[in-house]
Amino acid sequence: MFLEVLILIFLTAAALWTVMTRSLLRSAMGLALTSAILTVIIFRLNAPLAGVFELSVCAGLIPVLFISVISLTQALTYKEALEHMKSRFARFWALPLIVIIAGIILILMNVKLKTKLPLPESQADVRFVMWHLRQFDLLGQIIILFTGVFGVVILFKERKKSG
Amino acid sequence: MSALLVLVPFFSVLILNLPFRPAGKKLVFGVAAILSLLQMAAVFIPDSAFWRVNQNAFGNIFNFELSADILSKLVLFCIGMVSFSALFTTRYFIQDSDERFNFINVILIAVAGMNGVVLAQDIFSLYVFLEITAVASFILIAFNRDALGLEGAFKYLLLSGVATVLMIAGIALLMLSAGSTNFSVIHSVLLNHNKDFLISLAIGLFITALFIKSGLMPFHGWLPDAYTSAPASASVFLAGVVTKVAGVYVLIRILVSVIGFSASIKSVLLFAGAISAVIGAIAALTQSDFKRMLSYSSISQVGYIILGIGSGTPLGIAGAALHIFNHATFKSLLFINSAAVESELGSRDIEKMGGLAKQMPVTSVTSVLGSLSCAGIPPLAGFWSKLVIIIALWLAGYKIFAVIAVLASILTLAYFLTLQRKVFFGKPNDEFKDIKEAGFSLAFPALLLAALMVGVGIFSPWVLNGFILSFSSILGG
Repeated sequence: MFLEVLILIFLTAAALWTVMTRSLLRSAMGLALTSAILTVIIFRLNAPLAGVFELSVCAGLIPVLFISVISLTQALTYKEALEHMKSRFARFWALPLIVIIAGIILILMNVKLKTKLPLPESQADVRFVMWHLRQFDLLGQIIILFTGVFGVVILFKERKKSG
Repeated sequence: MSALLVLVPFFSVLILNLPFRPAGKKLVFGVAAILSLLQMAAVFIPDSAFWRVNQNAFGNIFNFELSADILSKLVLFCIGMVSFSALFTTRYFIQDSDERFNFINVILIAVAGMNGVVLAQDIFSLYVFLEITAVASFILIAFNRDALGLEGAFKYLLLSGVATVLMIAGIALLMLSAGSTNFSVIHSVLLNHNKDFLISLAIGLFITALFIKSGLMPFHGWLPDAYTSAPASASVFLAGVVTKVAGVYVLIRILVSVIGFSASIKSVLLFAGAISAVIGAIAALTQSDFKRMLSYSSISQVGYIILGIGSGTPLGIAGAALHIFNHATFKSLLFINSAAVESELGSRDIEKMGGLAKQMPVTSVTSVLGSLSCAGIPPLAGFWSKLVIIIALWLAGYKIFAVIAVLASILTLAYFLTLQRKVFFGKPNDEFKDIKEAGFSLAFPALLLAALMVGVGIFSPWVLNGFILSFSSILGG
């Protein structure tokens, strides 16, 4: 129990840092860190495959994409970055307070959650679930990826010079 | 077999793009127009096997659990109808063959996404297909790559992102409580446990997300910018059908098939609907930009639909569904009219216009019909859906909301009469004296939609009864 609480505190702190830190680059790294901590939680919840996805895609691939895009843009000077940090802090200073107060309220409410584990899915192999039970979603996800790529290609390619 | 409605548009895009791109560029308009006509025709297939049973036509791939009732079929028809009109608008406005090819491809993807949303029987699949529709819409809004379009798309992207987070959180909580994401399983669990904190939270999150997606007040911030700054054909498509499917249809589906109507949900819907109907209409009164006025009018009309749903009776849902159809007709029509006026005059400022009725007779006549239908003037189609909604509210005991609905209708008439007077009647502006009617590609869909609106209006008294009865059966009443 103690370990779980500790990990959750780390997770919250990493997420807050991601939002409040001074540069986009740090935010991207914060995202990777948050995902990595989430992976630990997923592992401890006995979902190794979901953990692997989280670690490779959310902690690995996505921050890499973000960082490569950020590195293509012009970096802020140190002075600008400090200004930026101040404005972010002015905007987000209440965020940690809200998290803490919401946590305290939830503890005081002593919510008892009646939850069930997914029935058919929990008994089946992940591969079976993906390819047989969730086929429609899989098709949908393929279409989303395709649409994303298609959108980037048509929105960002050089336009023909026309009159 | 109803999976074909998702598979065919998507695979058409793939086939048109991959090996035969040059030929695809020539064929794309025809292919897309035929697909949308086929979709409208498919709705009338009475064979229940087409809609319900998985016949495993493709072996163990594409083995989806899909289903359609009268509501789904009505919305599928709207999707076909509006995409057909949007295609003609695209042909008129986008002359470059590459650009037009890309634009129509994105429309086809959005159609596949919306058809998936309409046919899904699983809350997570529904979410995935909503995202397809949303991503395609961002591309359509930003298509011209001008500053305003990008701003509109970015606003939509941000608010849609918020809606996505709320929705996925709601889905996760429902899955935790019910153990499944299937509509019928969640529905049976909710019948016994509807007082749980977790379930109430999940429902609250989900409904808030749908309010954002439908552009209801006070979550409407993205809508006027997105509609106004989008290219003309994208506005027709978005206002006519995309936001209605992504927000309003999903709301009805979730309420009817999953959550059910509780007193608190009804009152939230009634309040949100009434506020949107009235404030949207008042905001529309103050606009001088043609498209922006139509956007606020959309918010107001969505408020009407939500009022109908809020009554919680089969009659109200039937009225709401009918109003989705009518809104798809008259709002697509009015956006086509605004596009015609804008393309000829080069301006959307209605204060500068005047007396265009002589120069643009088709646009003028169809837009008068569209406006009157939107304001609910008999015998046009819009009258019947508004009447059904108002009667449903009255019969369900929400008499105050019925009165508010009537008042909002008067406001609708007020801003449309102002619009008509300033644009098509009144004193002509000398600056625009050489204006002619816009081309066939705009006049054709406008005439078609106007004819449909008048036809549905005239025949409504005969078909309305059967239509409403089929809603009683899907609500189990």
